[in-house]
Amino acid sequence: MTTHTIKVKVNGVEYVREVEPRLLLSDFLRHDLGLTGTHVGCEHGICGACTILFDGEPMRSCLIFAVQANGHEVTTVEALGTPEKMHPLQEAFQEKHALQCGYCTPGFLMTLKPFLETHPNPTDEEIREAIDGNLCRCTGYEHIIEAVKLAAQKMATRS
Amino acid sequence: MKPIPFEYFAPTTVEEALEHLSNLGYGGKVLAGGQSLIPAMNFRMARPGALVDLNGIPELAYIKPTADGGLAIGTMTRDSKVEHSPEVAKRFPLLPEVMPNIAHPQIRNRGTFGGSIAHADPAGQLPAISIVLNANLKVLKKGSERWVKAEEFFLGPFMTVLEPEEMLAEVVLPALPPRTGSSYQQVSRQKGGYSMAAVASVVTLDEAGKCTNARMVMISVGDVPILSAAALRILVGQKPTPEAIAEVAEIAASQEIDPGTDIHATAEYRRHLIRVLVRRSLTTAFERAAK
Repeated sequence: MTTHTIKVKVNGVEYVREVEPRLLLSDFLRHDLGLTGTHVGCEHGICGACTILFDGEPMRSCLIFAVQANGHEVTTVEALGTPEKMHPLQEAFQEKHALQCGYCTPGFLMTLKPFLETHPNPTDEEIREAIDGNLCRCTGYEHIIEAVKLAAQKMATRS
Repeated sequence: MKPIPFEYFAPTTVEEALEHLSNLGYGGKVLAGGQSLIPAMNFRMARPGALVDLNGIPELAYIKPTADGGLAIGTMTRDSKVEHSPEVAKRFPLLPEVMPNIAHPQIRNRGTFGGSIAHADPAGQLPAISIVLNANLKVLKKGSERWVKAEEFFLGPFMTVLEPEEMLAEVVLPALPPRTGSSYQQVSRQKGGYSMAAVASVVTLDEAGKCTNARMVMISVGDVPILSAAALRILVGQKPTPEAIAEVAEIAASQEIDPGTDIHATAEYRRHLIRVLVRRSLTTAFERAAK
């Protein structure tokens, strides 16, 4: 099977790799680049665990082939913050107990980052709408919604 | 890796894409947003030998006003662009009403308007919306172009009049006359899930309040989106009364649809939903037309 050379910028770093066309972007990030923060759940677009930013917009990395990322920019949860300097969303998720097992969390964070940038003061309804493509089997979502509101406050205070 | 191996082509112009499709014939398949095709490939239900990826062709993504006041939408226009376009909302308020029901924001950022129509999922919203809005579909193949009315485009579940070497390039929505109202109603088990039944209506009134046009399409209750003949026959030429709307709903539910039973709903329940949703959709559309 023919492989293709792709050049892709992930979290600001440019990578050149040989890929088979059938390699999913989610598997490319995890296996080829070792960025295991992006989680893989259902692999058919329902659960949202694999959400990444593709040219700045949240998308499912399990529904894009790695070869399609050629010339594009991908941002994964690894770029969000560090344990020393967390993103306000990460702090708020920790403080409000918005995760339990944590499997879905990277997908939520990558969905919510651009959302809070365009909705600095979101209503509960807008938050529910924003996360309707992310499944969490532990929290029941209430803590997540609380965390998003807290993150919005933190971001407003800092800017 | 989940899908079976396949060849991959990434053309950067429409001509190049048509050249690939022409060479590949039945071995080739167009990859648009891929939000339905890639899951099907991950399950190995779809096993195309080669993909012609349209994502690198910027000339296929646009929303342009047409001379008659309608819109031409390029096949690769992302669903989220259609959802949030002020041009679209002004001319076709039905579209921003429908779009949030299509999967989830992350899927709509990638999924495309034309891809959804060409995919022809009987539970998909956009094939039905293309029919109810009387769309003209521009179909290209190497060296030629043809136009197909949306209501003649769908042949069966996931089957259209598209030949293997052809692709859907543009969707043209003709302008709606004044005093036109529209409404979309659906019941699904969860937001973003496939509907168990759905109804889209577009109706027009004259100055005296009589109905001059009534297009109504039903979703998830047959192999293709079903355009109601009863809506047109019963409503056109008269003032839309609750009795007339109820009569359309009864005929639509009992005679015009062919619902199946699956894990989500029985055929009988789908008939019941259609009876209710037709009434809601037509009533709301007429209220909006009268404003």
